[in-house]
Amino acid sequence: MFISEEIKGMKTAISTIASNDHNGFILDDEGRIVPTIENFYKYCAGHKLMGTKCVKCHTLTCPPRGICHKCLGTEYEWVELAGRGVLLTYTVIHFPPTQFQALAPYAVGIVRLDEGPNLPGMIREINLADLKIGISLEIDFESTIPEEWPKWPRYFFKPRI
Amino acid sequence: MTRKPIASIVSAGISKFGAREGLYCRELFAEAAKEAFDGCPNLDPRRDIQALFVGMMSEAYEHQAHVAPLFLDWIGLLPIPAFRTEGACASSSVALRTAIFSIASGAFDVVLVGGAEKMTHLSTTGVTEILGMASDFAFEQWHGISFPGIFGMIAVDHIHKYGTTEEQLAKVAVKNHEHGALNPKAHFQKRISIDDVLSSRPVAWPLKLYDCCPRSDGASCLILTSPSIAKKFTDTPVNIIGTGQAQDTLGLFERDDFSSMKVTKLAAEQAYKMAAIEPDDIHVAELHDCFTIAELIAYEDLGFCKPGQGGRLIDEGATYLGGKIPVNTSGGLKAKGHPVGATGTAQAYEMYMQLTNQAGKRQVAGAEIGLTENLGGSASTGVVHVYQRGD
Repeated sequence: MFISEEIKGMKTAISTIASNDHNGFILDDEGRIVPTIENFYKYCAGHKLMGTKCVKCHTLTCPPRGICHKCLGTEYEWVELAGRGVLLTYTVIHFPPTQFQALAPYAVGIVRLDEGPNLPGMIREINLADLKIGISLEIDFESTIPEEWPKWPRYFFKPRI
Repeated sequence: MTRKPIASIVSAGISKFGAREGLYCRELFAEAAKEAFDGCPNLDPRRDIQALFVGMMSEAYEHQAHVAPLFLDWIGLLPIPAFRTEGACASSSVALRTAIFSIASGAFDVVLVGGAEKMTHLSTTGVTEILGMASDFAFEQWHGISFPGIFGMIAVDHIHKYGTTEEQLAKVAVKNHEHGALNPKAHFQKRISIDDVLSSRPVAWPLKLYDCCPRSDGASCLILTSPSIAKKFTDTPVNIIGTGQAQDTLGLFERDDFSSMKVTKLAAEQAYKMAAIEPDDIHVAELHDCFTIAELIAYEDLGFCKPGQGGRLIDEGATYLGGKIPVNTSGGLKAKGHPVGATGTAQAYEMYMQLTNQAGKRQVAGAEIGLTENLGGSASTGVVHVYQRGD
């Protein structure tokens, strides 16, 4: 009974992904914004870092996903994150993929957000010599939407002042 | 002590690894298969081989999907069933496990298992981008995090936590080139110095060019049988006595620990238990040195040393030929080369050569038990096998 209800919930989420569109967000039958990567980046377009909280076990997930990785729950609520955190590890990329060549050398890292989840990204507006594990960073968002598929607006991290 | 075999390798083959200009996967695979067939005169491939299992990472390299029937056709074995597995750089280790299960299930008695990849016709940038597809597109690739970048972040974490040095990383490359110089099938057969590594150009700090394995073309394969009939084909089979596999998140960022590969620990736990061995029982090992840091971490995760002591183990020389536990006698991914789909069964090929005393100048004297460890992606797939000579 319990499992079939969960599967039904998942089916609802999946079946509606292609159907509804509200301010660019993909919604389910009840008009809720579904916890997908596409919707995560739609929020980024509005300069918001959003995650989802599992209604059942309260685990906060960012980036969001439809099935809680801790308890397999499928009920969720969106939560805005402050976008602040500390640098867990990093590297400086000297030999980048083609589309990033103009930026090299550039720093990337993994940030432990204050609310708990980890998020990777580029670290900008920093002197590469100042990179250090443990430094405080905050999120910012590019104002332009990339032209290439999948057109996700990019977030990045910068030193917290 | 003879352990319970799960499957037996009765012959093995490998193509020359390197820049094989004008040769494509199907031809490289046929080159490897020829060596395996020639090495087993008691086997009639058409009469005896019942299925083919192959690993290949990506169609993008040579614009060719559906390679299982293609490879099968090119070795003249149509129309037996052929299966392809994909696990990034662990593709043919996953194929090997699938082949083992097919034998253990009783479905087949004799199968061919292998892998191939063709990479050198593309630019380094092109290859790096295809390899990068094994990382998380939405949160790693999209933000400019290259594949070497992921291992760069792993290395920074290990250095920060344990004081590992760039010289210790460099020693992995130096050792594996030294071993590769003894392997006529290796991509690189020349020695390099610590200074060569340290002064090579930066790729993803602290990883430099010589901390990274090359792009290579190559193929490898094994003839695998049920243990009960192995002696029909050879007096000196090599038995697989343990196998393990585990998976982790595709994104490195979603893990609790960047300095240890959970998949290696879990896969090793399964394989050690099945084989009833301890790390100390292993005489020779082939480990996944896609980047030098990965080999040091593998020492730790496999229990060759304590967590954080990988750098010290290479300082002591324990993993050189002649050391306590020689690692990557083939030259490893670093010097032998890393045609990704071929790597898993190429590691098993080296075990077959070592445990049948055919490894020539790189032979580990008296080797009876060996281990291979193969990672896919940033350790989202981990596979470990344990082998024992079966004569």
